[in-house]
Formats: sequence, structure tokens, C-alpha cells
Amino acid sequence: MENKTLKKIDLIFAGYTSTKYKVLEKTFQKTPDEIINEVLDSGLKGRGGAGFPTGLKWKFTKNQESDVKYVVCNADEGEPGTFKDREILERVPRKVFSGMAICGRAIGAKEGYLYLRGEYTYLVPSLLKEIEIFEEYSKQYNYGFKIFIRLGSGAYICGEESALFESMEGKRGEPRNKPPYPTVSGYNSKPTVINNVETFATVQVICKIGAQEYKKLGTTDSRGSKLFSVSGDTPIAGIHELELGMPLQEFVDEFGDGDTKAVQVGGASGHCVPRKQFNQTVIGFEGIPTGGSMMVFNSSRSMYNVLHDYLEFFTEESCGQCTPCRVGCQQLLKGIEAVKRGERPPSYLEDLKRLAQTMKIAAKCGLGQSVANPFNSIIDNFREEIIY
Amino acid sequence: MSKTDVLIKELVTKYGKNRNSLMPVLQGVVQSEKCLSEETLISIARELELSAAEVYGTASFYTFLDTVPRGKNIIRICKTITCHMKGKDEIILALENMLRIKVGETTHDKKFTLLTANCLGWCHKGPVMLVNNEVFPEINVQKSIEIIEKFSKETA
Repeated sequence: MENKTLKKIDLIFAGYTSTKYKVLEKTFQKTPDEIINEVLDSGLKGRGGAGFPTGLKWKFTKNQESDVKYVVCNADEGEPGTFKDREILERVPRKVFSGMAICGRAIGAKEGYLYLRGEYTYLVPSLLKEIEIFEEYSKQYNYGFKIFIRLGSGAYICGEESALFESMEGKRGEPRNKPPYPTVSGYNSKPTVINNVETFATVQVICKIGAQEYKKLGTTDSRGSKLFSVSGDTPIAGIHELELGMPLQEFVDEFGDGDTKAVQVGGASGHCVPRKQFNQTVIGFEGIPTGGSMMVFNSSRSMYNVLHDYLEFFTEESCGQCTPCRVGCQQLLKGIEAVKRGERPPSYLEDLKRLAQTMKIAAKCGLGQSVANPFNSIIDNFREEIIY
Repeated sequence: MSKTDVLIKELVTKYGKNRNSLMPVLQGVVQSEKCLSEETLISIARELELSAAEVYGTASFYTFLDTVPRGKNIIRICKTITCHMKGKDEIILALENMLRIKVGETTHDKKFTLLTANCLGWCHKGPVMLVNNEVFPEINVQKSIEIIEKFSKETA
């Protein structure tokens, strides 16, 4: 494994150039295949958390025969502990719209949609202003690409790509069966590229500095840098852009308060890493991948409360469509409460772990499938805190 | 034609008469009326030529699309773990005392509804609350009371 050390980077929030949408002008001189090859070559993987190679997603969509295709930017940032997308849309929306337009050119789409969570409605006026500027340039240079904003209404599940399309189509935000994947059948059942806000902003960066330069950052499995949303027991909470592939220990040394007991990597649906594993845990796709959420807990925190909070969250946000997730979340929550009250023996936790494992196999979408991540990692590492 | 029906017609004209417009139309109505009553949902269904059941199905799925009456101002306090660690419980308690309601309820004068919400995306600056569409990060008991007092004065 490559040894990387913690390194702060400044690419995503770096200031705009004096000429607006300069990167677009440069990139649009390339053919769609050249653009896709550049993104493929950079090794960029989706920044929303799942980590699918962005270039591949674009290639699949480009290869679909269809008169209409769409670009959708997923700004339904609902994962507890994540706030980087809001900050990107506040500070550098131009980079996001550039990334969307570049994608539109690459796959042959004329329309782009930004699906913004309802909790961020206050961003709409400033985003509309930026869209106006974009359209001026779009007209001037004949880009033929339009961007629209669609709002969510307070449903975490709509961050799941197919639930997001359902919501855009005026339906309940219930995930679809896969396949077909969005690259074949997405919004309005047309081929669609859906990427996270940070992914589109990173595409702009790659097109600006070139894949060769971008690739120098990170490791073979995790190219580049990424934004981390750091919160919890840390003296420097906020957003930090770091090179991928660092050991968690170094992260804790930099951001912890000296008494860090555990770090929840990847939000409520991510993994809880206890102190004894900081050294052998790598932050990246070869270790623990993350959409950027890093919640730091010190020894004054009860991990029972943390797990209880996550399970309450999942119980409320489960869309209720499939039984494993709807009933599973409720039973896990009731289960740890019963163990805590002494109504169930500690061995009941093993049954609950099996239930979480079943949800991983049987749930329809990522929400139910990932509940086992926090559940098992917290139960395994902080068993006594759950029981007593 | 009632005020709400006029608004629905306007929204449908703006976003187009198709299913894809349902969310923006529902959101537009909630923005001004704070609630989607049964009559309103039926009007929307008629205007978009959808079944009322489908419109209700969509509306009732989303937390922010209220189908029960709410106050003129909706307070949402983030209850997710980092805001919890930073003391959201004291703020909820203070506002409950100030407004003399519990979470989930609406004041008698219909000025305020107090709710909790899942992660609002300000974990580094918790506790945080939303009042309508406005965000207030890094609040404490004192600040939260001042903010609500301000809204109270501005609401006739």
C-alpha cells in the first residue's frame, strides 16, 4: 500500500479566474470523446460516497442511443455530518455549473438539473443569479445547454439517485429497482448522468489543470483530493480539502482534541472507527471510503447515544417501501433500547447484528443496506457502552 | 375562485401542466399557505389532471409538505448528533417554555409551529435552526429566544 501523509490542498475553493467560464471555452474545443478520456484518465471517482468512476458513467451514457439525455446534479446533501456541498454551492457555484455543462457536451445532453434539498432553499436566489451569468455565456458561445433548479422537500432518501428521479417526476421518493441504471434509464426514463455537487466541481478542476496534474494527488485507488466535513469534538470544525489515502491516525492528530475515542467516517451510514484502529485505517477507496463526513467523538461521549441517534434517523428516513428496511430499522432501535433497559440479555445484540446483516442483503437500496455499517462497527467496538 | 385556486393556476401555468410539475406546485402552495388541505390537494389534482390519491400520495411522503395546519412561522431545530452534542436540547426546552408549546405543536395565535429536523447541514456550526427558509447557525438559548422574538414582532 502506498504511504500517504496528511496534506492540505486548495483546488475546489481556489478563486475564480478573471474571465468567467474560461475553462468551458478551453474544454469545449475538445471532442466529447476527448473530454470523457480526460475524466477517465484522471481516475476521478464519485464524491457522493459510493465512488463509481465518473468517466465510466459518462461513457455509458454517451453510448446510449437517445434523442434526449439529462445531466442531474445531486445536491440533496442529507447525510448527517456532511455540509461540503452547501459550501461549494455558496462559494463556487460557477465550478459546479461548468462541470455540468462539460458533462452535457460529453454525453450530448441539452438540459441540466440541480436537485437542491429543501433545507437549502435560501441558496436559490444566489444560484439563480449565477445561472443567469451562465446563460449569458451559453448564448454568446452557443453552448446550447440550460440549467434548472428543482427543490427537495425534506426527504433524506431523495439523495438516492433513483428516488431523486422519482421526486423530480412528481412522485413519492421511493427508490427504483436496479438495473436499469440511470445511464440507461434515469430522469423521465432517459439516459441520465447523475453526479454529486463535488464531483462536478472536481471535473472543472480536472479540465483546468489537466488529468496528468490531478492524478499526482492521492493513491492508485483514490486519485486526487477531496473535501472533508469535520465536526464533533474538534477545535477546528469546518471544511478541509485533503489528499486522499492518508491514515486516520494523522487525521486525528490534526483535527482531534487530544482525547478522540472514535471517528465516524462517512456519516450515519458509514463506519465507526475506534481509537485502536486509527493506525491501520486508510481514508480512501482502498480503506474506508467517505462522502466526506468525519464526525469526531471524544471520551466524554456515550456511543450508545450516538448509535441511538443514527437509528432514530434511519427509522424516520426509511421510505417504508421495502420490509427489511422499514421493519429492520425499527427493530434495531427497539432492540438496543431493550438491551439497555435490561429487558433483553446482552446476547440479543448478536441477533440484532444478524438482522442488520440481513438488511444488507435484502434491502432494496443503499439506505437499508448500509445501516449495518454503523450498527455492527459500534456494537463490535463499544459493546459494553451499549449494554451498561 | 378562491385565492388558493388562483395561486394553483398560476403555478401550473409557470411550471407546465404535467406530472413533473407536481413538486414545484406543491412547494409553491406550501410556501404561501403553510399547509395543503384536502380541498387544495383536490384542486391541484384537477388542475394537473392527476388522481387526487396520487397527489396526496406524493404530498404526504415529504416532511416539508405539510398536510396538517401549521403556524405562520415554522421553526425547525436540527436534532442530529453533532447539534445534540452542542446542546440543542436546552434550546428546544427554552423555546418550548417561551412559546408554551411542545415540539410538534402550534401556538394559539398561530404564529409559530415548533418542529425538530434531521441534519440541516451545519454540523460544524451547531446548534442550528431554520425559521421558514432562513438559517440560523451557532445559536444558543439567548440567541434563539431573540430570533424568535424578532419573528414574533414582524408577524402581524
